[in-house]
Amino acid sequence: MTARGEMVMEQPSEDTLKVILSGHWKLGGELPGADKVQQTLEARPGVRNLVFDTRELVHWDTGLLTFLVNLGTFCSRQKIRLNRDGLPPGAQRLLELASAVPEKTDARQAAEGVSFLTHLGNQTVDFFRSAGEMLEFLGDTVIAVQRLLRGKAQYRRSDLGLIIQACSAQALPIVSLICFLVGLILAFIGAIQLKLFGAQIYVADLVGIAMVRLMAAIMTGIVMAGRTGGAFAAQLGTMQVNQEIDALKTLGISPMEFLVLPRMLALGLMMPLLCLYANFMGILGGMVVGVWMLDIGFIQYYNQTAAAVNLWNLGIGLFSGTVFGVIVALAGCLRGMQCGRSASAVGDAATSAVVTAIVGIIVSTAVITVLCNFLGI
Amino acid sequence: MTEKEAHITVRDLTMAYGDFVLMRDLTFTINRGDIFIVMGGSGCGKSTMMTILIGLKAPAKGKVFYGEVDFWGADPPTRAQIIRRAGVMYQSGALWSSMTLAENIALPLETYTDLSPARIREVVKLKLALVGMAGFEEFYPSEISGGMQKRAGIARAMALDPEILFFDEPSAGLDPVSARRLDDLILELRESLGTTMVVVTHELASIFAIGSNSVFLDVSQRTMTATGNPNQLLAETRDPNLRLFLTRGEKS
Repeated sequence: MTARGEMVMEQPSEDTLKVILSGHWKLGGELPGADKVQQTLEARPGVRNLVFDTRELVHWDTGLLTFLVNLGTFCSRQKIRLNRDGLPPGAQRLLELASAVPEKTDARQAAEGVSFLTHLGNQTVDFFRSAGEMLEFLGDTVIAVQRLLRGKAQYRRSDLGLIIQACSAQALPIVSLICFLVGLILAFIGAIQLKLFGAQIYVADLVGIAMVRLMAAIMTGIVMAGRTGGAFAAQLGTMQVNQEIDALKTLGISPMEFLVLPRMLALGLMMPLLCLYANFMGILGGMVVGVWMLDIGFIQYYNQTAAAVNLWNLGIGLFSGTVFGVIVALAGCLRGMQCGRSASAVGDAATSAVVTAIVGIIVSTAVITVLCNFLGI
Repeated sequence: MTEKEAHITVRDLTMAYGDFVLMRDLTFTINRGDIFIVMGGSGCGKSTMMTILIGLKAPAKGKVFYGEVDFWGADPPTRAQIIRRAGVMYQSGALWSSMTLAENIALPLETYTDLSPARIREVVKLKLALVGMAGFEEFYPSEISGGMQKRAGIARAMALDPEILFFDEPSAGLDPVSARRLDDLILELRESLGTTMVVVTHELASIFAIGSNSVFLDVSQRTMTATGNPNQLLAETRDPNLRLFLTRGEKS
């Protein structure tokens, strides 16, 4: 296909340049550029008028229009009169339409480079602002909880039920798998060392205490952060994009009570239960290794575990679980509520919710561990 | 222009969602260079009709022909090739939110032509100017108003100079002047480039101003009850539902 546009220039009089266009002026074909006309015009400064002859023009589309627009901007800069009469009527009208609304001149250009110090300053300001927002959100939650305790909170019971189902029963398979395997892995690692001393039986203590006191809660927390925290952020973020949250606000319903509270309640209530379940799965994983690989009797393993794990361990584990649940819910809801108004903002919100939740889980684990150490439990 | 060449032919089309039949027995022809209006009350399946015409949803029964080709009977690559020659403006713009307007309009050009980046920039500038949004290249969709998003959506649909342009509710949510300019743009593109336009709308002013052919989908009958030039339909129809629709329910 050799559909190409041709251009010839001639100068019928001293101050007039005639551009003769012919052939196929289609986008994607071979077209002469406007710069050729510009060069000619610059070489002949006497020319004040530009006219066109398009009788030989077969087809045209955007290709011709961009050429003419370019020429138009050049001519108006050089104060040359561009006479559109010779152009196809359709092109004339389209050009008119294109120039009907003046160009927005205060439009920004693509982002310019910023110096390192500016960047650092911006980041610092952002950090403090986001810390402030987080505190504000926390305060709002406390107020919402207060209203809940006084029985004044507005939320739908059925929503709470659905969320509870989504973050408990539906999470069981993945929690089972992860915690079972973590128990198994702990038992393997312990077994290698303990075997050296002939103390395989203490694998039961190791797995039992590690799982019940800490690992089950952490693993469940991280699974829930990825599974449920991200989902909360995406859900609320999409509601933000669709102005659903604005609709709640204008109705006088607090989104904190209507959306955040049930999610926080659901996770806060369900996490200890999930942790308890995770404890069993972890111990089961350890038991599989103990009974089949280390030849510890089933009853023996059970007794050893029961003797090693005391109520304090269980209590601390469940307490941590509850804290993690609240952290995951709050992180998800916070990022969802802060979400911008576009699809990519929803993605950012989900990512940031998971990151915030995991950081929160690890930091609070450290705090709880140090506190327990102080209290001697 | 010597025309009346069929561009899209719809034959015995039934649209359904599962067991729920939305519209049945639709038969009409869209000629080359038509401004074809798909009209009807809310929920009559206007937008669904468009999704079938642009290849997003298969019809429950019946056929759609592009020229001579059976659109839904063809294999997916053929279908993709046919639909590449069409541009679609979605109801709320459907601009990709992670890209600036310039990038949005440039994407089809980068994908399907081998124009240089500089040429693409020129085309983008022109298309934005055509919809009255010159200078908005570096804005993100979330930073402009709904009406502007719509117009930018049209600029993107026009990027490749398509043979057919589909508009889903183009003037809904636009101010009267912008809506009028949009109608002018549609007329102008048809006049100058010979583009076939399929416009899904219920804006009466637009229907009478630009429509050269139309189909009326009647919710209560679950089928089409009229096809033809809207102005002619208004003058001649005896159908009370269509009359009610075309006169905004005012008794004459």
